[in-house]
Amino acid sequence: MFDIFSYGFVTRAIIVGALVSLCASLIGTVLVLKRYSMIGDGLSHVGFGAITIGAAANLTPIYFALPMVIISAFILLKISSNSKISGDSAIAIISSSALAIGITVCSITGMNSDLNSYLFGSIIAIGRTDAVFAIVLSVVIISTFFIFYNKIFAVTFDEDFARATGTKANIYNMVIALLTALTVVIGMRIMGTLLISALIIFPSLTSMRIFKNFRGVIISSVAVSLVCFFIGMFISFGFNTPAGATVVLTNLLMFILFSIISKILKR
Amino acid sequence: MSLIEIKNVTMGYEGVPVLKNLSFVVNKGDYLCIVGENGSGKSTLMKGILGLNAPIDGEIVYNNLDKSEIGYLPQKKMIQKDFPASVMEVVLSGCVKRKFHIFHNRYDREIAEKNISIVKMSNHKKRSFSDLSGGQQQRVLLARALCATEKVIVLDEPVTGLDPIATADMYSLIKEINRKGITVIMVTHDINSAVRNASHILHISDTAFYGTAHQYIHSEVGNKFLLTECPCDVCSHLPKRRGDNV
Ligand SMILES: Nc1ncnc2c1ncn2[C@@H]1O[C@H](COP(=O)(O)OP(=O)(O)O)[C@@H](O)[C@H]1O
Ligand SMILES: [Mg+2]
Repeated sequence: MFDIFSYGFVTRAIIVGALVSLCASLIGTVLVLKRYSMIGDGLSHVGFGAITIGAAANLTPIYFALPMVIISAFILLKISSNSKISGDSAIAIISSSALAIGITVCSITGMNSDLNSYLFGSIIAIGRTDAVFAIVLSVVIISTFFIFYNKIFAVTFDEDFARATGTKANIYNMVIALLTALTVVIGMRIMGTLLISALIIFPSLTSMRIFKNFRGVIISSVAVSLVCFFIGMFISFGFNTPAGATVVLTNLLMFILFSIISKILKR
Repeated sequence: MSLIEIKNVTMGYEGVPVLKNLSFVVNKGDYLCIVGENGSGKSTLMKGILGLNAPIDGEIVYNNLDKSEIGYLPQKKMIQKDFPASVMEVVLSGCVKRKFHIFHNRYDREIAEKNISIVKMSNHKKRSFSDLSGGQQQRVLLARALCATEKVIVLDEPVTGLDPIATADMYSLIKEINRKGITVIMVTHDINSAVRNASHILHISDTAFYGTAHQYIHSEVGNKFLLTECPCDVCSHLPKRRGDNV
């Protein structure tokens, strides 16, 4: 069984995938509770557009995608906190446009063969640069999350109260948007553009079926996310199914399992 | 000793005023009740005092007080129904001020425990906030507000929607907090209990009234809005205006 590790790309995929799962579950809880899930989804589409452009221009795709996604994160945050325009539809316009740009670029430049891997993820797509990036950014994401844990809870639970008592809510909202952008960028290649946002929201939705306090939800989300990732990866190797989709399906099963347990506990 | 001075303040949204040219002073130890019709701008004024919204005109002066040192119990909005947070987590989130530290230290926890016991929720510390009754939730939010201040607390309609027993509990807690020396600024629709508990009343309307609760009872506007008749000499001689309100 363990001879799969003898391939460098498998080791890389597992390390990167586990880190992505960890980061996604942390940030996912906050996005779901702040009703920012749409931002995660929008960013993955922007990331897709940016990666195709980067690849077409012969840049290292991730170098190009990273700043693009970070800038978009701040724009999307601004849009969704502005009550004048309907945030959801504005985000939908941006994300479907980015998707359309990506698909067009792929077909013009004859990268159709890569399209599949961009959209649905690929474990062999993780190069050395991607792996190093993922490790560095994960450390940044995880440590930032825990350094600002209290503040993040405060602005998520009640932003007005947090601001009234001197917390710079705007800054922490930007931190949340930035962490989301970083998570999307490192997760996009392995999970795929269309699936990364599922990885972000699923573990926390699953955990909220059973856990009723914030810390419990965070810890459970991390555990659920990692367990689903490893189960998904082994199934994917065993049955030769696409990794990203298999991990998401495992998350779905876990969600159903938690829902059933919560029904039983309530009786 | 004056704590907060509201000087000719006009507040509003996007340049459109909802409150015009308001002036009054909150002194240390006061129990100020703010009354007025829905939409008259009470919550807007509270947000001005808290520094959440800036006045369009005029100024708010704080003496020996930073505006982030004001405890706040917001008007009940839909705090998300299923937000996963324990009572302890909610109350601790009131301790996010002053010194920065990564996790809450023992000092924060002691303050949180103390305030949870003041609002008589010590037996529910580990419970989920969303599972509590409306009255219990307001008490938890009161404890959170107390963690954020040692001086002033702003309460925006803290009893609206509570049953009579929960309301009475809330009032006695607020009275007790005020007796301990914390200045109370409370928005309420319950004028009768406002004049019973408060030291001062601000009535927001076209012509705002500000004065002691005693002055308010005898004032024209107070007389008009209070449903109970004041039997005193002054009032029984006032022309009767109540009839159309009762
Ligand atoms: N965020 C906002 N943007 C624009 N107008 C607002 C906002 N909040 C309140 N208002 C308006 O300001 C007026 C006063 O509101 P508010 O201060 O909430 O009144 P009260 O608390 O006395 O019921 C209302 O007419 C309301 O529609
Ligand atoms: Mg109000």
